[in-house]
Amino acid sequence: MIDFGYTIWIPLIPILMFLFIGLTGHKYKPVISGYLGTLGLLTSAALSYYTAYQYFFNVGKVAGVYEKIIGFNVTWLRFTDTLHIDLGTLLDPISVMMLVVITTISLMVHIYSLGYMKGEKGFARFYAVLSLFSFSMLGLVLATNIFQMYIFWELVGVSSYLLISFYYEKPSAVAAGKKAFIVTRFADLGFLIGILMLSFITGTFDFKTLTDPNGAAIMQGGSAAFLGLSVMTWALLLIFIGGAGKSAMFPLHIWLPDAMEGPTPVSALIHAATMVVAGVYLVARLFTIFALSAPVALEIVGYVGGITSLFAAVIACTQNDIKRVLAFSTMSQIGYMMLALGVSGYGGEEGLGYMASMFHLFTHAMFKALLFLGAGAIIHAVHSNNMTDMGGLRKYLPWTNITFLIACLTIAGVPPLSGFWSKDEILVAAFEHNKFLFAIEFLVAGLTAFYMFRLYFNVFWGKDRHYHHAPHEAPPVMLFPLVFLAIASIFSGFIPFTSLVTSDGEAFHVGTEWIVAIPSVLIGLIGIAIAWIFYKKETAIPDKLASSFKLLYKGSLNKFYIDEIYLFVTKKIIFALISKPIAWFDRHVIDGFMNSIAFVTNFASEKIKGMQSGQLQQYAYVFVSGVVILAFVFIYLLKF
Amino acid sequence: MDILTLLIVIPVLTVIGILFCKDNKQVRVVSAIGMSIQLIQSIIVVLMYFAERKAGNTSEMVFTQTYMWFSSLNIKYAIGIDGISAVMILLTGIIIFTGVFASWNVKDLSKEFFISLILLATGVFGFFISLDMFTMFLFYEVAVIPMYLLIGIWGSGPKEYSAMKLTLMLMGGSALLLVGLLGIYFNSNPAGGELTWNILEIAKVKIPIEAQRLFFPLTFVGFGVLGALFPFHTWSPDGHASAPTAVSMLHAGVLMKLGGYGCFRIAMFLMPEAANEMGWIFIILTATSVVYGAFGAVVQKDLKYINAYSSVSHCGLVLFAVLMMNKTAMDGAIMQMISHGLMTALFFALIGMIYGRTHTRIITQMGGLMKIMPFLSVCYVIAGLASLGLPGLSGFVAEMTIFVGSFQHVDTFHRIVTIIACSSIVITAVYILRVVGILLLGPVKNDEFLKLKDAEWHEKLTTVVLICAIAGIGLAPLWLSDTISTSLAPIIDKISSASIF
Amino acid sequence: MINSGIPLQYFLVLAAIMFFVGVYGFITRKNLITILMSIELILNSVNINFVAFNKYLYPDKLQGHFFTLFVIAVAACEAAVAIAIIINIFRRFNNIDVENVDEMKY
Repeated sequence: MIDFGYTIWIPLIPILMFLFIGLTGHKYKPVISGYLGTLGLLTSAALSYYTAYQYFFNVGKVAGVYEKIIGFNVTWLRFTDTLHIDLGTLLDPISVMMLVVITTISLMVHIYSLGYMKGEKGFARFYAVLSLFSFSMLGLVLATNIFQMYIFWELVGVSSYLLISFYYEKPSAVAAGKKAFIVTRFADLGFLIGILMLSFITGTFDFKTLTDPNGAAIMQGGSAAFLGLSVMTWALLLIFIGGAGKSAMFPLHIWLPDAMEGPTPVSALIHAATMVVAGVYLVARLFTIFALSAPVALEIVGYVGGITSLFAAVIACTQNDIKRVLAFSTMSQIGYMMLALGVSGYGGEEGLGYMASMFHLFTHAMFKALLFLGAGAIIHAVHSNNMTDMGGLRKYLPWTNITFLIACLTIAGVPPLSGFWSKDEILVAAFEHNKFLFAIEFLVAGLTAFYMFRLYFNVFWGKDRHYHHAPHEAPPVMLFPLVFLAIASIFSGFIPFTSLVTSDGEAFHVGTEWIVAIPSVLIGLIGIAIAWIFYKKETAIPDKLASSFKLLYKGSLNKFYIDEIYLFVTKKIIFALISKPIAWFDRHVIDGFMNSIAFVTNFASEKIKGMQSGQLQQYAYVFVSGVVILAFVFIYLLKF
Repeated sequence: MDILTLLIVIPVLTVIGILFCKDNKQVRVVSAIGMSIQLIQSIIVVLMYFAERKAGNTSEMVFTQTYMWFSSLNIKYAIGIDGISAVMILLTGIIIFTGVFASWNVKDLSKEFFISLILLATGVFGFFISLDMFTMFLFYEVAVIPMYLLIGIWGSGPKEYSAMKLTLMLMGGSALLLVGLLGIYFNSNPAGGELTWNILEIAKVKIPIEAQRLFFPLTFVGFGVLGALFPFHTWSPDGHASAPTAVSMLHAGVLMKLGGYGCFRIAMFLMPEAANEMGWIFIILTATSVVYGAFGAVVQKDLKYINAYSSVSHCGLVLFAVLMMNKTAMDGAIMQMISHGLMTALFFALIGMIYGRTHTRIITQMGGLMKIMPFLSVCYVIAGLASLGLPGLSGFVAEMTIFVGSFQHVDTFHRIVTIIACSSIVITAVYILRVVGILLLGPVKNDEFLKLKDAEWHEKLTTVVLICAIAGIGLAPLWLSDTISTSLAPIIDKISSASIF
Repeated sequence: MINSGIPLQYFLVLAAIMFFVGVYGFITRKNLITILMSIELILNSVNINFVAFNKYLYPDKLQGHFFTLFVIAVAACEAAVAIAIIINIFRRFNNIDVENVDEMKY
């Protein structure tokens, strides 16, 4: 048994880097802060790999089961004797896996940005915030209790805000950052209330206690009910809202496409590989309690995932901004993961969906980061995000072309690339539990292949555009991450997840279900083929199709007007119907009431001041009359 | 002389020192020195408090002293502190210290300005150390009156109107409060015998419930007016908008806390039965404050108005938590007072500095300040993040303690209003990001602003001290929370014995 | 007790008449001197009451008499002060009309 206390340094190194770069970054050459950040993350990554090795192959397994190990724990804030926020590190299969994912992607993005962000104003700031983000994300996955997770959840949100609004002089970037923060904040409100309810029911924040399958927390679930669902179900649903906000699930997804305003490496790191899967991770973290005491909530998670994946895939087919296509693709793939969790049970082979979800999370992180970094290389070369400005780039960007193709094949689920394996497991799990969701996912698999290759062919094939200057291949510092991630995308499918990351920590065996695998590969190939026909050479077919399905096309192009609905709600309802009237009410009614008290006082004294005439005789007259009246009253009325 | 009385004596000596000054420079230096000593003294008081507790002194109040000063009414100068007053003293120390530096550039009548400012602080210090209700009330008035002059003379905008409004509303509160305090005094010994003003002695007896029903609302509303209790909060936007920087800082940072502190130290502590019975009315009012203030802030255009409404919302949370009457929520209430005190002081300081440069507070007339004055802008962002409850800064700690504490309440009504109050965190995010987006980010709107300078040394000192305090609490809240909750124990004992739940 | 002679009511009626004549004069006259004289009438009516009550109700005590002497002394002082004021008013306004003296209004 080794002491995992050192794991606290995995998040601590990046935050120290943040502080160091943030406070002193303006004193030296910007590039030094880049090296510092990268170096810090390299250390973290090395520690994570070491931890993963130790955990998975040396000490994690006790009697065939992966245990939850608390590496480090310290009380940070005490509410009551049982409710306290601890800060610490919890090691179990999913958190260790996430450590590897985050540090790997983050390291790649750090290296890549050395080239991509070169010469940008605010280079040091970029690296500082990137370190802050890495810290928050690592703290999030290592959380020992749900409140620690909430803390880092918020920190991730704010670092995401800072990175999206990185180009702060651009109004659209500022607006996008604001939108991302507020939408996720709204979702976090659900998360917070969920935490409050959960802690009220179970009396603890601690994950170990909460997710113990034989523990008291699970048992207390079904007691009280509200609107037909148990309180536990409500609590978990509220927590899921938090997860849905961060993971851009429908209908809280609107911030993600706009978040592409941030620098491309940021999109790769935050809005593709790590932060957006936090919602999946959250559900996985509480999976035991979801599966055992609130199966209804889990089912809803599955449906939300399914709907989102279909919805996003349809939109992705018509978008023209390559980063937006990738953003919708991310949503769709995260929908897959959520769905996989939703169709999973607890323990053994029942937990196939859970395993598949984590598996897909892992492989998706690799290939989606690759896609984004590839997109970054393209944008770097042509200085535009728009697909219509691109075409025939395969001649200019050979490395990018190959790695991008690998990523596209991976996401399309072509065997034996990693995407095939993980997607296949999800489809199998869905096939076994819920045929409807399976049908959706099957369709989405085809759509995914189609829109990815639409993107690929449009960018790398087709006609040469008129470029201002010949596009040039990215520098080696940017190509290295591409190659590294391409290799990871190819081979990560062979990692034996069934024996490493399972719902109950025990290994199980699952064979390939050919009845699912063959059709899914086929539909992927069909999707690719259609894209080939439509877009390899520029043809008129897409336009014809668009005009014949005009309604669907327009809806998809405009993202089904969800943004407009939100805009309506916020601008017209929150601003115009709540805030403005409240401000008016405050200024005029409440303040008016206070002012009118003053006014009445003033008015009354104006009126009665005439009595103070200064005329002595008038006073005497009043006085004498008063005496006479009083005398009369006392003598005749009161009979003294 | 004992250490607590020294807290009053030093500001008074500073005031006397200022009287003998010849010019601006001397006045500033004398005030700065005086308030530095005062800050150090506040820190020493807190440290001594810890030492005393460590040495095993478990009595409710430590460093107690009593001198009779008006024997026929049994009014005493009785002082003493517990953990709560100790941290409030520290808060006041920090804010008056930074306040002096924030008003470094006051030119006209600077002597009178600093005298009033420091006199105000004296009142606040006196309030926090008093154990005698009458003395407490006296200091309360000492703190409120200079406000009139400070706003009326050195303010901006419709300053006479604002000063009058603020003073009259607070005086109205005082009037209710005085009746409430007299009521407590005359019922302080139901068994017969000598009446007393001393809080600790009154706490030992049970004030008859009929008297409580009458005097609890009076006392609560009386203090509540100062704590910006809805619907008695309207002095806050006008008052803050017109007040000079340091006065806004001190007022929102410390004076509004007198309200919250008084509410729980006198109204709740001495009359728990009535608090239990009538709590729901005030809970509804305070929950309204929380949400209403936040919504009110969303559409404001003047920076100070935004912050004033935000203060209404945050101070509403203080009273809200106090009314929850359990240890965690009250702990959160005190932390929220401190946290809000620090961050609102930072906000007002920054607003003052920005206003001093751009000569406007209307956010739509500014834009892209991040590029022009990065230091101030980053500080503003930090203050904003603290205000919207970012973990690692003080706001988060306080708000979460309040929410968790309130939600542990056994009664469903209390839990539901907690959820309503929780929703303010989203609205807070909306208005903070709106300001940050319009004011600091985006392109520079007015080219004339391009030649403005970033912060000077005294401004940096002000903001850095406040940010350090905010981050200090946010990063390591346990000592503060434990100090407060230890001191809350006797209060909670008394209150929970009256609980109807 | 004195049973014969003038009954007490006579004195009281006389005093009441004097009092109200004084009050009437005080309220209606504009000339300050006349007002002063009215005040003297009021005071003297009170004096009569004092003496009469003392004599008829408590013949063995002297408080009423003392008080009357006191009132006379005070009235003398008052007359002195009042006339001084009136002279000053005359210097300022050239008449002694009471309506001029309303500086203390509002």
